[in-house]
Amino acid sequence: MLDDAMPTIDMPAGPGVLAAGSILYLDGVTVSFDGFRALNSLSLVLAPGELRTIVGPNGAGKTTMMDVITGKTRPDKGDVLFDQNIDLTRLDESAIATLGIGRKFQKPTVFEHLSVFENLELALKTNRSTLATLFFRLSGQQAEQIAATLQRVGLADKARQQAGSLSHGQKQWLEIGMLLMQDQRLLLLDEPVAGMTDAETEATAELILDLARDKTRSLVVVEHDMEFVRALGAKVTVLHEGSVLAEGSLDAVQANPKVVEVYLGR
Amino acid sequence: MTSFSARLLTCGNRRLWTGLAVGALVFLVLVPVLNLAVPVDSALHLPNYMVTLLGKYLCYALLALAMDLVWGYCGVLSLGHGAFFALGGYAIGMYMMRAIGSRGVYGNADLPDFMVFLNWQELPWYWFGFSQPWFALLMVVVIPGALAFVFGWLAFRSRITGVYLSIITQAMTYALMLAFFRNEMGFGGNNGLTDFKDIFGFDLALPSTKMGLYLASAVVLGLAFLLARFIVTSKLGRVMMAVRDAESRVRFLGYSPTAIKLFVFTLSAMLAGVAGALYVPQVGIINPSEFSPANSIEIAIWVAVGGRGTLIGAILGAFAVNGAKTWLTGAAPELWLFLLGALFIIVTLGMPKGLIGLWAQSKARLFRRSAVTEEKEARHA
Ligand SMILES: Nc1ncnc2c1ncn2[C@@H]1O[C@H](COP(=O)(O)OP(=O)(O)OP(=O)(O)O)[C@@H](O)[C@H]1O
Ligand SMILES: [Mg+2]
Repeated sequence: MLDDAMPTIDMPAGPGVLAAGSILYLDGVTVSFDGFRALNSLSLVLAPGELRTIVGPNGAGKTTMMDVITGKTRPDKGDVLFDQNIDLTRLDESAIATLGIGRKFQKPTVFEHLSVFENLELALKTNRSTLATLFFRLSGQQAEQIAATLQRVGLADKARQQAGSLSHGQKQWLEIGMLLMQDQRLLLLDEPVAGMTDAETEATAELILDLARDKTRSLVVVEHDMEFVRALGAKVTVLHEGSVLAEGSLDAVQANPKVVEVYLGR
Repeated sequence: MTSFSARLLTCGNRRLWTGLAVGALVFLVLVPVLNLAVPVDSALHLPNYMVTLLGKYLCYALLALAMDLVWGYCGVLSLGHGAFFALGGYAIGMYMMRAIGSRGVYGNADLPDFMVFLNWQELPWYWFGFSQPWFALLMVVVIPGALAFVFGWLAFRSRITGVYLSIITQAMTYALMLAFFRNEMGFGGNNGLTDFKDIFGFDLALPSTKMGLYLASAVVLGLAFLLARFIVTSKLGRVMMAVRDAESRVRFLGYSPTAIKLFVFTLSAMLAGVAGALYVPQVGIINPSEFSPANSIEIAIWVAVGGRGTLIGAILGAFAVNGAKTWLTGAAPELWLFLLGALFIIVTLGMPKGLIGLWAQSKARLFRRSAVTEEKEARHA
């Protein structure tokens, strides 16, 4: 049913072939803001179940890439395919979220006037139609699911508290919790440990590794904190001026002279 | 359905149900008793004109409630709600015009007086059906609802928000005002619709009819309040607040703010239409000035004064501001607009949560003070 509704690419031997077997496929993606190229022919392929970290100096285009994947920004050029053949550039944010792509923003955005519990309740995977939402009643099982998530992100004792009153780190956790509630197939985490203490950072790394372990979902994590990137131990993609500069293990990219120049040259 | 009624029961706490019961007692029992049972020469007697005045306030309160639903909870500052109110009023007015029949000045059984005056020979097609009460009542919600749906669909789909949305809603009501002023439109032009004789067979001149309209307004306000309460305490209510506070974030959760705002905007316009339909028989006239942009702005002021996003604040605000208006237009009419402007500035700068917020604040302060004194006394003892 989903396949019928979704516009698909039907080029005989275009991106479809190269995208075969991928969960996310970006090719030649270009985004310009008033002539300035935030993304410059960016290409990136993510396998199902893969955990990928993305690093790069400020302004490299990391957040813009997530904007393109989640439908917030339309690319000027290039292919963005989800699950091999779903063209994301033709869908809007809510359709993409419904497809199974979740996102945690760089600046933590939770619903400040709602309680922590209510934030998770809104994220819970349910029918999103207006009437279904009006008549929604939380089942016992769903309440347990929320309680389990609260436990998992360490906010169990703050369930009734207004989300606006949480610390920066706690908001990050709540947003990760919201992602978990949505039960998405692809998670995009933009700087998940910014503003966290060392202990919190460590716990977040464990949580992410835990999420990646059973390979049922794919994760893209953008982060500046190299300790954290090392802890994740995943393949690293280095972005610079809107395109991929290097890709490989953390040690390999750190030894790459081009990467060293970009990081030290500024 | 049982789960629905269970949900309805949980949409309010004990305080809410007590408040609602007190409101019902005052408006449905006390007012009729003071008007009908207390002798006219008694100081406690409530004169007929006061009943109609209260009936008018109840309609304003319903209008404010509709506004709060879409503005206070969903963040859509519509400055065109006066148009939906007026359209509901015109729909019932058209029925009442048709009900006059041959009792008009010209004695024409088919055409309202103003059409005879314009030398029209037959009834325009869009007046068909309005001789039937059920049709007119249907149109009271269908016309404002349809306009809101189409208008909202165009605006929300193009992601027009904030001040831009407010401006185009003002333009909408202004355009409707200009259109309704034209005689050729067939709604009585400048003079609007008036000289009504009866409604659903009840003589409008009788105090009992006036009492009936007043009571209907009170009951409808109560029901609308429950409906609104049901919505804002549902999960949809929380998504509405999420849309108000961070619309774009809601999209990434998979909800469609467009659909949600469209639903609330349309429902709110329907409630405004009902308010207008209850209002017009009580005041006896509907004319294009009801579409004036200033009217719609006033509705926003009632809600802001009472306190946005609380429902009860909207009702309080409508009563408070209109009470002040009635009093002042008697005492010093030229001051009213200045006062209204000043009120708006004071509320936006000084009391963002309106009267409701003020009350909550002073209660909190009172509690704190009594706690402090208790502590002191305890220390002294
Ligand atoms: N809406 C926009 N309009 C204009 N320029 C933009 C816009 N969004 C991003 N940019 C620019 O595009 C470039 C890439 O920004 P982006 O936010 O993607 O970088 P980033 O890699 O996420 O950086 P950081 O590490 O600081 O978060 C920056 O130079 C930024 O100023
Ligand atoms: Mg960024």
